[in-house]
Amino acid sequence: MNSTPIAPTLSDRFWRLANPKIFMGWSSKLLPWIAAVALASLCSGLIWGYFFTPDDMRQGSTVKIIYLHVPAALMAINGYLLMFVGALVWLIRRQHVSVLAAKAAAPVGMVMTLIALATGAIWGQPMWGTYWVWDPRLTSFLILFLFYVGYIALWAAIEDEDTAADLTSVLAVVGAVFAMLSRYAVLFWNQGLHQGTTVTMADGAKQDNISDVFFQPLLLSMAGFGLLFLTLLLIGTRTEVRARRLKVLQARERIE
Amino acid sequence: MMPDLGKYALEVNSSYILSLMALGVIAGLYVKRSRAVRRALAELEAAQDA
Repeated sequence: MNSTPIAPTLSDRFWRLANPKIFMGWSSKLLPWIAAVALASLCSGLIWGYFFTPDDMRQGSTVKIIYLHVPAALMAINGYLLMFVGALVWLIRRQHVSVLAAKAAAPVGMVMTLIALATGAIWGQPMWGTYWVWDPRLTSFLILFLFYVGYIALWAAIEDEDTAADLTSVLAVVGAVFAMLSRYAVLFWNQGLHQGTTVTMADGAKQDNISDVFFQPLLLSMAGFGLLFLTLLLIGTRTEVRARRLKVLQARERIE
Repeated sequence: MMPDLGKYALEVNSSYILSLMALGVIAGLYVKRSRAVRRALAELEAAQDA
């Protein structure tokens, strides 16, 4: 009988990237490049912002906090949305790498949320006269932080890997509502001290709510934070893949 | 070379120091755990191959 091999579709090729062995191959090649670009863009964005930008007319030198606060807040939300996607892929397709990526993203996302909250409080004191107020955006960010903590704690509390993956994925899906709420809180509730979105991209062009003098280093800093997140995500996911293999080998050794 | 941050120097500098420390700590922890797990796996695989 003459059999013709079926050519893999684009979808097949995409999902093959999540095969642990194939993932370890392509990620090891990409990682040094992403890390180098992350370091370069983060350093240049922050140095440009700190040393070479002028003070704002109303906010004085505190405007320099924007190069930390906005990128960290952006990655806090996007980090959780990434966990949401990883969790969904696990729940639907049972792809181990996706849920391990979600697990690896959580501590980095938590640190990003912490930076956004801390720099926001430090910035808020001289501008609003208070470190904290139960403003919709601040409160939803605090809840987002607690979701990150809960997600990490749940992973640590359950010994069986697949059960932990299932339960944490459900938590990640529920928490994604708060990630979206953190993003759009200022639009839902027209109250509170926090200003509207600083950087809005519409039709590929930024809106005029921030001057180019501040926007250009901010863009570089956002790219740096994003790529740093990606670098740590790849390192963390590779570690989780190895740790999983280590557990399997140790269990096999105990049986033998 | 240091910019004149005026009366907000403490706020700006503490934001940068805290944030860079937090990023440094999380990056350091990820790299440290990555090395430890890689080493443990390599040792176990070598022991099982022997």
